[in-house]
Amino acid sequence: MTELTVELRNVSKIYPARRSSGKDVVAVREVSLDIPSGEFFTLLGPSGCGKTTTLRLIAGFEQPTSGEVYLQGKAVSKIPTYKRPVNTVFQNYALFPHMTVAKNVGFGLTVKRVPKAERERRVMEALELVQLPDLANRKPSQLSGGQQQRVALARALVNRPTVLLLDEPLGALDLKLRKAMQLELKQLQERLGITFVYVTHDQEEALTMSDRIAVMNYGEALQVGDPMTLYEKPANSFVADFIGESNFVRGTVKQVDDDEAQIAIGRKVIAVRLEEERPSPNQNVLLTIRPEKLWLSEPDEQADGLPGVVEEVVYIGTSTRYIVALEAGDEIVVRLQNRPGTKMAGLGRGAPVKVSWRFEDARIIEADGRGEELVIG
Amino acid sequence: MRRKSGFSFGLFYFLVVAFILFLPILLLVVFSFNDSTKLVFPLKGFTTQHYADLVGNREMVEAVRTSVLLGLGSSFLATALGTMGAIALSRFKFPGKGFFTAVSALPLVIPYVILGVSLLIMFNQVGIKLSAWTAGLAHVVISIPYALLIISSRLAGFPDNLEEAAMDLGATYWGALLRVTIPISFPALVAAFLICFTISFDEFAISSFLVGTQPTLPVYLYSQLRFPTRLPLVVSLSSILMVATMIIMLLAEWLRRLGDTTR
Repeated sequence: MTELTVELRNVSKIYPARRSSGKDVVAVREVSLDIPSGEFFTLLGPSGCGKTTTLRLIAGFEQPTSGEVYLQGKAVSKIPTYKRPVNTVFQNYALFPHMTVAKNVGFGLTVKRVPKAERERRVMEALELVQLPDLANRKPSQLSGGQQQRVALARALVNRPTVLLLDEPLGALDLKLRKAMQLELKQLQERLGITFVYVTHDQEEALTMSDRIAVMNYGEALQVGDPMTLYEKPANSFVADFIGESNFVRGTVKQVDDDEAQIAIGRKVIAVRLEEERPSPNQNVLLTIRPEKLWLSEPDEQADGLPGVVEEVVYIGTSTRYIVALEAGDEIVVRLQNRPGTKMAGLGRGAPVKVSWRFEDARIIEADGRGEELVIG
Repeated sequence: MRRKSGFSFGLFYFLVVAFILFLPILLLVVFSFNDSTKLVFPLKGFTTQHYADLVGNREMVEAVRTSVLLGLGSSFLATALGTMGAIALSRFKFPGKGFFTAVSALPLVIPYVILGVSLLIMFNQVGIKLSAWTAGLAHVVISIPYALLIISSRLAGFPDNLEEAAMDLGATYWGALLRVTIPISFPALVAAFLICFTISFDEFAISSFLVGTQPTLPVYLYSQLRFPTRLPLVVSLSSILMVATMIIMLLAEWLRRLGDTTR
């Protein structure tokens, strides 16, 4: 149905050790990705997770150690950067300081010997696209950061690439400008229909803009999915923790039924819905629950819910964060909207409470027991 | 307190430099206009005769020609090689890079006399006849470190992903060098060329061993010191040399800074 513009098949990038005693550095480990044309795809992860290297492999600045990159179905490992139908917006913009804005934007066309008249027309079109038609004769050093960013975008888009690669393009801009540019980039991408592969470490930015996101860590693509799936159904504790805020509660499986498991947490036993994971009895597991899915009530020995004591109350305008020390040992963050009539408003430090959630809002992750070291490490 | 002591250090430095460097130079210039063949006070009167004599001196004009041609040729070659070396050192990783850097900088620390003697022995052994060419080759060797350093510092001054950007936009590696790297580094290339030229133009020790029968200007100058009557000629020629060198150096420095501000 939709054709794939970018495919990565088991791509690894290993930098050999500097000295014989050192270890090889695995920047990208067996990453496979399918990016259909017209998609806004984001590589998300902390610094050093391999997202930029993955982008550079697609651009052709680096060659994969193993595996293959396909662009529009063609293997491109042997094709040099300058012949790939791909353009890049660099993190530091990499504008040519000795050229005017117009010359910068027209660079790709000049190199490809596009006739002057057409070149000038397309340069102006590109500058209008990024709303900078008046600055054509300035030098990059005379522009603000935001303007340089737009020029870099125009310089890439003027070549009408099949895929546009963006390496943290908004990283150097202040918050307000960044928010505005996020929307603008997203709208631009939808209007042009070009495949965007976007690199960022900012999960909020990724959630705002992307059709799909690959969460990366230690060179691996841990989970690929649309923002809602990643948020609602994180595949592991790293994803759960990196995308938004998550609570992790340790427990032990008591009993496994068809679609639910009984998990012992401290002296309470709580029913949790099962999805793909199939834990076995007596296995240690991690429960993950989003702070906004929790609520607090008066301690009540009979009902479900975990007893604990309020440790910290942080008022943050629209909501209040309660940090609760569970009797079972873990700490849990509860975020309550500051609405009129919110019962627990005014709950102070040291108050005994009960933390509850809806049956379907807790998920078991890391059923293999690896969870503890991953989260606590 | 700090400001005051800083000021007196600066003043002390200035006085020392002025006394040991600029005073003798000034004296030289003053004597070059003195109407006498002896370099002693009191001054006898103002004359430009010594400079006029220079122009009529065929040997000297020939030496100037040799020096200029040798300087231009050796600087051009040193700048070209220095550019290649600087690009290799600042943009690529390769085994033996440290060794390469050390070898390139070696002529900076080897005394020119030793370099001159060893080159003399080598040329004799290989059977190459001494001439301005052999001296020129030696000048290339001693100029390369300067070209390499000046151009390297320029290349380090702008991000190397400008070349990646150029290739990303469809330029080949050589295209990226020609359209981006070289133009951005151009002021540094010219500065390097000018510095190399002054090094070659002023160089005496190596040339004295290697020029054979084609003296460069410094070698010619030195040979004339044996004749007391030629002293005014030497003095006026030295004045010209010095002023010319200073102008070139200032130009080179100005260009180098110009390059730094056009980021």
